[in-house]
Amino acid sequence: MAGRMWVAGLVFLGCVANGFTQNPLAGDSKAAKAGEYEFRINCALCHGLGAHGGGRGPDLARAQKRHAHSDSDMFQIISNGIPGTAMPANGTNGQGVGMTDEEIWQIVTYIRSQEVRTSAKTTGDAAHGKALFYGDGNCSMCHMVEGKGGRMGPDLTGVGGSRTREAMIESIRDPSRRLAWGLTEATKEFPQEYESVTVVTADGKQLKGVILNEDSFSVQMMDSGEHIHLLQKDKLKSFQKSRESAMPKYTTDVLSDKEVEDIVAFLASVGAQ
Amino acid sequence: MMSRGWARTKASNRRGRRELPQRSRRNTYPSLLALIIVIVFASHSHAQVTFERLVDSAKEPQNWMSYSGSYSGQRFSRLEQINTGNAHSMVAKWVYQTAATGKLETTPLVVDGVLYATAQDDRAFALDARTGRPIWMYQRQLPSDIRPCCGRVNRGLAILGDKVFIGTLDAHVIALDTKTGAVVWDVTAADYRTGHSFTVAPLAVKNLIVIGISGGEYGVRGFIDAYDAETGARKWRYYTVPGPGEPGHETWEGDSWKVGGAPAWNTGTYDPATNQIFWPTGNPAPSNRGEGRAGDNLYSNSLLALNADSGKLDWYFQFTKHDEHDWDATQVPVLIDAGSKKLIAQADRNGYFYVIDRTNGKLFSAAPYGKTTWSDSKDAEGRPVANKNASPTLEGHTVCPGALGTTNFMAPTYDPQSGLFYVTARDQCDIFSTALQPYEAGHAFYGSAYFPSEEAKPYLGFLKAIDPATGETKMKFQHASPTWSGVLSTAGGLVFSGDAEGNFIAFDAATLKPLWHFQMGGAVYAAPIAFAVDGKDYVAIAAGSAIYTFGLP
Repeated sequence: MAGRMWVAGLVFLGCVANGFTQNPLAGDSKAAKAGEYEFRINCALCHGLGAHGGGRGPDLARAQKRHAHSDSDMFQIISNGIPGTAMPANGTNGQGVGMTDEEIWQIVTYIRSQEVRTSAKTTGDAAHGKALFYGDGNCSMCHMVEGKGGRMGPDLTGVGGSRTREAMIESIRDPSRRLAWGLTEATKEFPQEYESVTVVTADGKQLKGVILNEDSFSVQMMDSGEHIHLLQKDKLKSFQKSRESAMPKYTTDVLSDKEVEDIVAFLASVGAQ
Repeated sequence: MMSRGWARTKASNRRGRRELPQRSRRNTYPSLLALIIVIVFASHSHAQVTFERLVDSAKEPQNWMSYSGSYSGQRFSRLEQINTGNAHSMVAKWVYQTAATGKLETTPLVVDGVLYATAQDDRAFALDARTGRPIWMYQRQLPSDIRPCCGRVNRGLAILGDKVFIGTLDAHVIALDTKTGAVVWDVTAADYRTGHSFTVAPLAVKNLIVIGISGGEYGVRGFIDAYDAETGARKWRYYTVPGPGEPGHETWEGDSWKVGGAPAWNTGTYDPATNQIFWPTGNPAPSNRGEGRAGDNLYSNSLLALNADSGKLDWYFQFTKHDEHDWDATQVPVLIDAGSKKLIAQADRNGYFYVIDRTNGKLFSAAPYGKTTWSDSKDAEGRPVANKNASPTLEGHTVCPGALGTTNFMAPTYDPQSGLFYVTARDQCDIFSTALQPYEAGHAFYGSAYFPSEEAKPYLGFLKAIDPATGETKMKFQHASPTWSGVLSTAGGLVFSGDAEGNFIAFDAATLKPLWHFQMGGAVYAAPIAFAVDGKDYVAIAAGSAIYTFGLP
C-alpha cells in the first residue's frame, strides 16, 4: 500500500514537472470522491452541489465548456481564475481555503466524473432563434450579442456557454426570479445586480432605468434611452430601487415554448464558441 | 434589571484629555509641576511601552497601543478635536500603499508618533504617523505550501517594551525591534502543514504575549498560548478542546476531540483588576457536520476567562452548543462596567447580543440583533436554544443568519458617552448542507458547504447601535451592501466605520447620520483607530491595499 502511494506520488510529481499537461488522477474514482469534498468546500458556492450550476456560476456538468477544454486548461483556470469574471484564483475568494495541486486535480477529476457526455446542442432552431432575438422577440432592444443590440440589459454573448438551458429559459419566463450580475468590483463581496431604479432629480425630472453601480452616497444608472446618469443621492428628491426586473416576463402568450427553445439554441450556438 | 441606558462618563473621559501637557490651556499649574509633567511626557515619547502604560492607556489618548485601543476592548478614543461640529471638513492627510493584494485586515498601533501595522503575507512596517513615510519594513519569508483559510491576512501587532509582536501564517510568533524591524526572536507554535496559522493580533499582558491559533477549517485542536516577551519562551498553553481526563472532554464523541477545532483567532480582552484574560473561540470541526462529534463540543464557540499568569480556566460561557453553521464566537468581548456590575458584552456571530457577568460567567441577557431563525426558545439560564430543524441536510436548507454570521471578526465599539454598543451587522441567510468527509491532515475539513440563499436577497448590511442594558437595537444605518468594517467611537461624539464600496464614514453617534465620507477606492475589512501627534488628532483605517489617515484641514 505504502509502495503504491509512493509510486502515485512519483507519477504526480512527474506531471508537475511536465507543466500540468496531464491529469495524473484521470479516471480515478477515489480521487473523484476526494474531489467532491473539495468541490463542495471551494466551488459549490457558485457552481452548485453536483457542479450543475447555481445562480452565480456556470454548469460544469456540461461536457462543453467556455473557458476550459482539456484537464490542464481546467487546472490552470482553477489555479489562476478567469480575469474579468467572478472566477477567482485558488485561495483568493476569501471563502474556502487554498488547494494543493493534488486537490485541484481531484476537483478536475470530479468534474469530469459529473459530466453529462452529450452534445451541448439544444433541440431548438438557432437560425429562427436569431431572427426572433433581433426581430419580433425584441430581445436586442436591451441585450447585445457579439456587439449588436441594446445596452440596458446584460450582454448575452457568452451566456450560452455559462448558463444551463433551464436557467436561460427561467430568465426569459421569469426574469425577476434571479437578477443578472452586473459590475464586479475588485475585493467587493457581492457584485452589483441589474436592479431597476426610479429617481426624481432636484428639478423634478423622473428617470427610470437600471443601476450600473451604487454606494451609500451615489448611484450610476442607465435610463431606457441608454443615457448614463451619475447622481448624488442627497441631491435627489426620491430614489427607489426595485428587484422587479426591467425586463418583462415572456409568457407563453408572447413566446411559445418552441420559440423560447429557438432563442436558447441561438444563444447556445454563440456562447459555446 | 436596568431599563434605561447605563451611566454616561463624559466628564471623566474629558479629564484625561485635558491633562495632556501639550494640550493644556490652563495657566494655573505651578510651573514646577508643569515642568515635571513635561519631563514625564517627554520621556514617554522615547520610552518603551510598559504594562503599566497599557493598563493606563486612557491617560495617553494620543496613542493606540493595542488592537482594541485599551484592555477593555471598547475601541473608544478619548480624543475630541475632531467632533460632530467639524467632522464634515475632514480631509485625507496621507496614504501608505502596502503593495499587498487581498484583504487588508490590520489595526494599526500608534505609539509616540510612530504607526506600526501589518499587511498580507506577514508584512509589518513602521511609519512616521504624521506623514506616512516608512521607517522600516519587514516581510516574513513564508513557505510556498501554506494554505491559510480565508485569505493571507493579518490583523495586527502587539507592542511591549522595545518590541512589536506578530503571529504568522506559518504559525510562528515573532518579535521585531520597534526601531529597526529586525527579528529579535522567532518561535514555532505549531506545524503549518497541519493547517495551523496565526492571523490574529496578539495581546500583551504583563510580560506575556498572548495569541490564539487559527485552523478551525483544517480540524486543528485549538489553543491559546502565552510567550515571554523578552525571550519567546512559551509560558503556558491552554487547549480549547479538553483532552482525556479534563473537564469537558466528555462533550466530544470518541476521538472527535483530536480534530475538534475551536480555534482562537480574534484578539481577546483583559481585566487588570482580576488578572483575567477574556478570549473567544471558534467553531468545532468539521464546521458543517455535527454527526460524529455528538455533544456540546466544549470549548468551541465560547468565551473563556483565563488567569493571565497560569492560563488556567476560571469560567466559560458557550454561545452556540454543538455548532453546525460555522458560527465562530470570535468577536471582541467588550468589558463594560455599569454601576457596580462588572459585565462583558459580545455581539455574537449567531445573531444574539449577549451580556455576561464577568465575575462568574453567568448570562445577564441575550437578545437578537439581526435576522435569526435557528432558535425560538431559551433555556433556564436565558440562553437561546437551537431548533431541531436548524441542522444542515445533505441537499441543504436555509438558516439565518448565514455562515458569515450576523457579525464576524469586525471589531465593535462601546461608547461610554452615548452608552451604546455599535456593531457592523448583516442580514443574510444561507443554505447549509452537510456531507461525510474523512479527516486528512492539512486538508480542508468542513463537512460540506453553504451557499447564499437566493430567496434571502438582497443581503443587507448595517451599522447598529445596541443598548447593552436591554439588548435593544436603538438605531441603525443601512449600508449599500454588507460590510466587513470594524467600528470606532470617539469623545468627539463620532462613530467611524467603512463600507464594502470603499467609503470611510463619520457618523453622529447620537443619530447614526453620516456627517462625512471619503471614497478610498477599495473595500474595508479593517477597523479604524484614532491618535494624535503634535497636538493634531487623526483617524486611520486600512482599505484596499493601503492605510489611510484623515484629520482636520
